[in-house]
Amino acid sequence: MRVLAAMSGGVDSAVAAALAVDAGHDVTGVHLALSQNRQTLRSGSRGCCSVEDSHDARRVADELGIPFYVWDLAERFTEDVVDDFVAEYAAGRTPNPCLRCNEKIKFSAVLDRALSLGFDAVVTGHHARLSDGELRRSVDAAKDQSYVLGVLTPGQLAAAWFPLGGMTKERVREIAAERGFAVATKPDSHDICFIPDGDTRGFLARRLGSRPGPVVDAATGETVGEHDGTYGFTIGQRRGLGVSAGDSAPRYVLGIEPVSRTVTIGTAEQAAVDEVLTGVPTWTGAAPVLPARFEVQLRAHGRPVPCEVLVVDGGLRIELADSQRGVAPGQSAVLYEPDAARGDRVVGQAAVAVAR
Amino acid sequence: MTYLDHAATTPMLPEVLAAMTEQLGRVGNASSLHASGRAARRVAEQSRERLAEALGARPSEVLFTGGGTESDNLAVKGIFWARREADAQRRRLVVSPAEHHAVLDSVEWLVKHDDAEVTWLPVEPSGRIRPEVLAEALGDGRDVALTSVMWANNEIGTVNDIAALAAVAHAVGVPMHTDAVQAVGQVLVDFGASGVDALTMTGHKLGGPMGAGALLLRRDAECTPLLHGGGQERDVRSGTLDVAAIVGLAVATATAVGRREQRAAEVGELRDRLVREVRAQVPDTQLNGAPLDDVLAGGPGRLPGNAHLSFPGAEGDALLMLLDARGIECSTGSACSAGVARPSHVLLAVGADGERARSSLRFSLGHTSTEADVDAVVEVIGPVVERARRAGLGRR
Repeated sequence: MRVLAAMSGGVDSAVAAALAVDAGHDVTGVHLALSQNRQTLRSGSRGCCSVEDSHDARRVADELGIPFYVWDLAERFTEDVVDDFVAEYAAGRTPNPCLRCNEKIKFSAVLDRALSLGFDAVVTGHHARLSDGELRRSVDAAKDQSYVLGVLTPGQLAAAWFPLGGMTKERVREIAAERGFAVATKPDSHDICFIPDGDTRGFLARRLGSRPGPVVDAATGETVGEHDGTYGFTIGQRRGLGVSAGDSAPRYVLGIEPVSRTVTIGTAEQAAVDEVLTGVPTWTGAAPVLPARFEVQLRAHGRPVPCEVLVVDGGLRIELADSQRGVAPGQSAVLYEPDAARGDRVVGQAAVAVAR
Repeated sequence: MTYLDHAATTPMLPEVLAAMTEQLGRVGNASSLHASGRAARRVAEQSRERLAEALGARPSEVLFTGGGTESDNLAVKGIFWARREADAQRRRLVVSPAEHHAVLDSVEWLVKHDDAEVTWLPVEPSGRIRPEVLAEALGDGRDVALTSVMWANNEIGTVNDIAALAAVAHAVGVPMHTDAVQAVGQVLVDFGASGVDALTMTGHKLGGPMGAGALLLRRDAECTPLLHGGGQERDVRSGTLDVAAIVGLAVATATAVGRREQRAAEVGELRDRLVREVRAQVPDTQLNGAPLDDVLAGGPGRLPGNAHLSFPGAEGDALLMLLDARGIECSTGSACSAGVARPSHVLLAVGADGERARSSLRFSLGHTSTEADVDAVVEVIGPVVERARRAGLGRR
C-alpha cells in the first residue's frame, strides 16, 4: 500500500518509516512544520520542529531512498493547538496539547490530506499497539503513548499504523543504530514542543499578561494571598503557592475560577477527588454498553485507577475506586479495558468537566 | 524521468565534462611563478578571454567567483560600501522586489546592519520594471548607492530591458547591477552594449559546473571586496583560482551562447506546446508572467524555457509531490531552509494573491528537453490537478 510516514526528525518516527519500507510498502516521508519560528536549534532534549529536526528527518528519508517533503501546518497548529492551549489555561482548565495535536493535526489535517492525495495509511512512531482496529498500550510501559492517542475515532484508527507498539524504546534505538541512523542517539523530546525552554508559566505570562487575583483558603473563605495569573496554577498543585495558611498542614490548589481570578486552596482531604463528570465522550471502537467497569487514566503518565462509568446528560460520570488528587477540568479521562496479555485496550476518552 | 527543472540546474554539457576532466589531473596554482603555475594561469586566462568574448565584456572585467549567490552579494554589498565611502549620503538601494534572494537578502542585511535604506520598485503585473518607474525612484540619484534589477526572472521568466534601465540610472550617475543568471544562454546578453556596471552569471544554469560563476565588473566600477587574501581577481575577490571549474564555466558559456538562437527556438516551441496542451487538459490554468510571445526590444520578453502556471484550488506542493511520484520533476517557488514551500515572493510582488501564488508550479525546459517530456506532463496533469484540488492543505 501507499504509506505516508510522518517524520519528526526523532528516532521513533525514523524507525517506524524504516519498518514500513521493510514491509514492502511504497513509503513517502513528510515532516510537519508546526512552529512559526523555525530558526530555533534544539538544545538538549527539548523542543521539536526546528530546522535541525527537519534536516534529521530528511537525512533518514534519503538513506531509506524514499521521497521526502515538508508540509507547512504552522497556521493550523497555531490555531488548533497553541491558541487552544492558551485559551484553555485562560479559562481555568488544564489542556493536553499532544492529545489535541493528534486529534486535530496528525490524524485529521495530515491524515485527510494523505488520503485525498492517494495514500492508504499514515505511519507514525507512536508507542502504542494497534491491530484489528484495537488500540492498546505499548509493551514498553514507560514509553506508552496510548493516552495521547485515546481521542482517535475508528475512522482515524483505520488509516493509522503504529509499528513500534510491540517493542521497547531500547529496541527502537538498537534498530536505528544497526541501520546507521544518526538519530539513533538523539535525546527523547518531551515537554511541550512549542515551549522549548520548558517554562510553561513564562510562556503563558507572555501570552496572557499579568492578571492578578486572590488566593482563598477554602476552609475559612479568607484571602490568604495574591497571584499574578490563574494560569500559573494547576489543580492539585502543592508547591509554589506563595501563601501560608493558619496551620502547618500542606495546602493544594482545589479550584481555579477564571472570571473572579480566584485560586482556591485547601487541605489534602479537600483536594481528594472521588468522582469525575465529563463532556461528550469519543470511542476508539463501538460505543461500550454503560454502566461498565474500566480503568481510567487522568493524565499522561498517570496511574490507571479502577472505576465505574455511567452515562449522565450526554457526558460520563466516572466513579473512582481510589480517590485521586490533581484532577483538573480540561484534562482527558482515557478509559482502558485491562488486558495483561495483549495490552490494556483504549476504550475511549472524554474531557474532565467537574472533579469532586 | 522527466526533468523539467532546468532553471534550478541543467545537466553538464559533454564538452564541459571533457574539458574539466582534462584539468582536474593537473598540478599548478595559477598564482605560482614556476612552469606549472604558468600553465595553470595560461588556461585560466584563456578561459577568462573566452567567457568575456561570449558575453561582450573585456577580459579584465571578468571576476571569477563561487557562483551566482557570491556574485550578487559581492556586487550589492561591495558597490554599496565603495559608493558610500566615497560619499556618505549615498545610502539608498533601489531594487526590484522580484529579485532572487541572493540580492534581496543582501539588501536586507545592509538595511539591518549597515544603515542602508531601500526603495522597492513597483513591478508590472508581468514582472517587468519600467524605465520611467526606475527614473522616478532614483530621483536626482545623489543619495543612491546602487540599483539592481535582474535581467530575467528565475521564477516567472520575465525579461527586463536592461539597456534602457541602465541608461536611466546613468543619467543620474547611479551604477547598476543586474543578476543575469537565468538570462545568459537563453537571451542575448551583451555586457558592454547593455551599459550595466556589474553583471552576475553562473555556470550550472547553462551546462557548466556548480560552484563556478563570475561577476562582470566594469573597470571604473568601485567595489569593496568581501574576501580578502591573495589579491586575485583585481584584488576584489581573493582566493586560489579553481582552474578546472573556470575552464568548465568558460566552455559552457561559450557553447550555450553559441547555440543560443537555435536552442531558444527549439525550447520555445516545446514550451509553447506544453502550455497549450496543459491548458487543454486543465482549462482554468493561469499563465504567470509575460505572454509566451512577448517581445521586448527586438528579443523575447520571456525566457523561452519558462512555463510558470497556476492551478486554482490546488496547492503547489501537493502538485509537485504528485508529479514527483509520477517521475516528473518541476518546482514550486522557493523553499526555505527547512524545506517549507512558501508562496512565491515573486508572484506576490507582481500583485498575485496568496492563493494564486500557492497554487503555482514552474516547469523549466532546457538543452536536454524533448517532445516526450512534454507528452509525459500532458498525460498526467489532468488527474494530478484534480487530486490536488481534493486535498487542500489544512485550510478551511
